[in-house]
Amino acid sequence: MWPTILLASGAAYALKLLGYVVPQRVLDTPLLRRITLLIPVALLSALIGLWTFVDGTTVAIDARVPGVLAALIALLLRAPFLVVIVVAAAVTAVVRAQGWLP
Amino acid sequence: MKTRRAIIGDAVALGLGTGVYAISFGALAVAAGLSAWQTQALSLLMFTGASQFALIAVVASGGSAAVAIATSTLIGTRNAFYGFAMSPVLQPRGVQRLLAAQATIDESTGMAARYEGDRDSARLAFWATAAAIYVLWNLGTLIGALGAGLIEDPNVFGLDAAAPAAFLALVWPRLTTWPMRAVAAVALISAVVLAPFVAPGVPVLMAGAAGIAVGLLLGVRAGER
Repeated sequence: MWPTILLASGAAYALKLLGYVVPQRVLDTPLLRRITLLIPVALLSALIGLWTFVDGTTVAIDARVPGVLAALIALLLRAPFLVVIVVAAAVTAVVRAQGWLP
Repeated sequence: MKTRRAIIGDAVALGLGTGVYAISFGALAVAAGLSAWQTQALSLLMFTGASQFALIAVVASGGSAAVAIATSTLIGTRNAFYGFAMSPVLQPRGVQRLLAAQATIDESTGMAARYEGDRDSARLAFWATAAAIYVLWNLGTLIGALGAGLIEDPNVFGLDAAAPAAFLALVWPRLTTWPMRAVAAVALISAVVLAPFVAPGVPVLMAGAAGIAVGLLLGVRAGER
């Protein structure tokens, strides 16, 4: 198990470092500036979709969905970060405990 | 510039939320067969949650070491793009560059992205978020790993909804314009649609590319929030 952990961690770090060793002037074009602005929003949104609606490699509507919807409502009500996260976990836990959704 | 106190407060709040789902990571890793030390090593060294969850999921399902490494690495590919986006903001030099790399995760990049056009705030948000999450992610991992025997299934507490909720809170301040909302919607929907058909890790990159393409077509520009 240790070789797996160390190799995977090394690869993860190499990827993180890669973005910083590309020379600045290569980045400095209008197109790339627009792309770098879009990267966090696009990738985080993709992760939200996967972690809400996908289990492994299958699409699944389970107790996470009402939890994330509750988080959305909390955000609309301008709730702070921690409240948004706790509300999502609490709603998911209750829905699961009641057996409404798996 | 948003006050330093408010930025640090947001960072600590996000760190606490992340610490909550680190508990589920610690518990699931030990359930997958890792020792507490191995679990802690992942959080200390790899320090990128999605890849860590992916690695233990492959191990738990009896997958080979090669598949575990490949899956976690593929999922971690986005961190290279985050570094690419953060490099001109942070402009790190020497040892700072090595630290910035380890600090480059979804949350630190997402928090910094909220202060586009305000470099001082963006830098503070990046470093404060990374520091708060590093400490609390590792503390949560430790609690989860040591308490693994006590909790049969950490999802009983709804912890699996904490991560997507945190990420929604991260992108939320950026979704004030219709082009940005379209970017988020296209990326989210295409990730879900692609997930059953391609290897784990690939949907994020393909959906991210689709979202970025939509953003370029709709003319999202710097300064638009």
